[in-house]
Amino acid sequence: MASISHDDTNAVVIIGSGAGGGTLAHELTRRGIRVVLLEAGARQSLASFSQVPGEAFAQLTWLEPRTQSGSTTVVEDYPTLPSWTAKTVGGTTVHWTGMALRASPWEVSARTTYGTVDGASLIDWPVDYKELLHYYQLAEKRMMVTRRNGNPGLPASNHFKVFHYGAKRLGYKQVHTGYMAINSRPADGRGMCIQQGFCVQGCKTGAKWSTLYTEIPRAEITGNLELRAECRAVHIEHGADGRVNAVVYRDPAGNEQRQKARVVCVACNAVETSRLLLLSESARFPNGLANSSDQVGRHFCHHTGCFVWGVFDKPIEFWRGATLAGLVLDETRHDPKRGFAGGYHLEMAALDLPSIAIAGFPQTLWGRELGFVMEQYRSMAGIYVNGEDLPRSTNRITLNPDVKDQFGLPVANIHVDDHPNNAAMRRHGQQQSKALFEAAGAIKVLMSRQTPATHNMCAARMSREPKDGVLNAHGQAHDVANLFVSDGSAMSTPSSANPTLTIVALALRQADFIARQMSMRAI
Amino acid sequence: MMDRREFLGATGVLTGVLAAGSPLALLGPGRAWALDLKALTSAEGAALLAAARTVAPHDKLDDAPYALVVQSLDGNATREAATLALLRQGIPTLGAGFATAAESERVAALQAIDTTPFFKSVRATTLMTLYASPLVYSYFGYEGEAFSKGGYLLRGFNDLRWLPEVPLADSGPIFGAKSS
Repeated sequence: MASISHDDTNAVVIIGSGAGGGTLAHELTRRGIRVVLLEAGARQSLASFSQVPGEAFAQLTWLEPRTQSGSTTVVEDYPTLPSWTAKTVGGTTVHWTGMALRASPWEVSARTTYGTVDGASLIDWPVDYKELLHYYQLAEKRMMVTRRNGNPGLPASNHFKVFHYGAKRLGYKQVHTGYMAINSRPADGRGMCIQQGFCVQGCKTGAKWSTLYTEIPRAEITGNLELRAECRAVHIEHGADGRVNAVVYRDPAGNEQRQKARVVCVACNAVETSRLLLLSESARFPNGLANSSDQVGRHFCHHTGCFVWGVFDKPIEFWRGATLAGLVLDETRHDPKRGFAGGYHLEMAALDLPSIAIAGFPQTLWGRELGFVMEQYRSMAGIYVNGEDLPRSTNRITLNPDVKDQFGLPVANIHVDDHPNNAAMRRHGQQQSKALFEAAGAIKVLMSRQTPATHNMCAARMSREPKDGVLNAHGQAHDVANLFVSDGSAMSTPSSANPTLTIVALALRQADFIARQMSMRAI
Repeated sequence: MMDRREFLGATGVLTGVLAAGSPLALLGPGRAWALDLKALTSAEGAALLAAARTVAPHDKLDDAPYALVVQSLDGNATREAATLALLRQGIPTLGAGFATAAESERVAALQAIDTTPFFKSVRATTLMTLYASPLVYSYFGYEGEAFSKGGYLLRGFNDLRWLPEVPLADSGPIFGAKSS
């Protein structure tokens, strides 16, 4: 690992080491560019991952305060956890479940495809799908995604047998064990999936792709990366020319440090990315950095998402096996006849013992019904409905001046009003999931309401017109040429795909752009 | 004379005896257990234990894992004055004799307050503590950490036989296994 001077004005500073930041760090360092990678969380390893559910959650999760508001039921149901994100080296790629889906062509031209939808702020992506597809394919090779490039699919678990049987009886055509960034055989220096279950605890064989043990160590080997873990960026500074030139952060001891920078890339997961931009106000940028259009934090998307559980009278033991390795693709189409714009994925899902009771069921469930269902834990099957939600300009990350973090800085407030389109899609997904489980013989079906967001997107979106977003087609701030956003915030619309593959594809694409711009000395 | 609990600053105590044959008995030298409370009285602890049992009833489960819920609430009350106040004001709303009342009466008492912050806090802590405890894994059939045993790849991840097998095109081969 390199040691980079705090005064190195030629360094690229990347804030956040997850799917976007970790990938970008590798891509830039292997081109000879010096990178300082700041990460708020600590560095774990395959050996240190806890396999005790509550302990693993505490080990990997961002648990600092956030507040929320709006009509979404998440406000009532999960008052202290509006969003479930990671705080660890590798970011959410440590706790993700490995579902590596592409957005579909019609989804990146959502405004054109869906037309005008009241109360929605849809735009088309400023990126051509053919170009995006090229980077999707690069990302899939990098991440060893199953069912792509000759990588075999994951084998069917007990849980998938139930999911598959019900889906086929319901008439679904595209049902398989998913496009997973989880090795179905040893590859790329990583182990294979041993079906140990609960991928969110961190994968102890490294079968699941994570920047923690792929991109980051490879970047370190180049000699051009300095990873600074447990370091919290608190302010991005700029010079008289309006370009950013340093990142102020707190080191592990809590002391303030200042790292000079030639380029700054923000990849903190959308909630904290917007917060950091808003915190980085100055006389020149009084409303926050890259926010002359007042677009930072707006159009926040999180996917229409909820759990549906089938209770059976025979054992399934759904903790045995890769958590999310089951997928129905038939509902991803845009078909207004269903009563909503856009589509959704049905994804097989299992939760550990406390989580299923805490987050899997309606918050009103207690007493004998809860007791009965929990006693059927070994005979349950689960689905996560993951659908496109519509951007709204008023669904927004802002600073909450009334609640401060340990550094005295205002925390993020997440405001979400549920769009009627989301509600209609959720109902459809719930009914289809219920029918699927009943077709497989379920004796009882339960549903959660909207769950806390794990897919945080679009809050600093790419747009053709600077008035519609924060970034251009390369994730470069409309306002500041040497400032980039490199996480799910950049997505123009959320699509119905779990966002990690898209974030990696955009990071690969952005790395090409940044390297070119630096060699041309444009930045 | 001051007894040990008072010396340690305990405000109350919960005690119990594990049922004969309880798998939990394997975890300690004897079947009797005792839990010191730091903020709550014994009577308050007993009421909260009964509330936890009513929120998440499992007839064949010992009181011991439910006592962990009370321990968690008591710990929060020790650290946070607001939690202590919430519990102190909430417990009397359960009514006198709640701890020993029949289940139907306990359910009625909780239904009457099930939108209050007190109830929500007790419910959330019950789920978070009771179901997270390794003490209850075997009761619910969960097999716990599997990495040290090689996962389930060769230990039953696909041993379900009450439904047909999935065609290979929709799943994938098990690496290293002979194709059949």
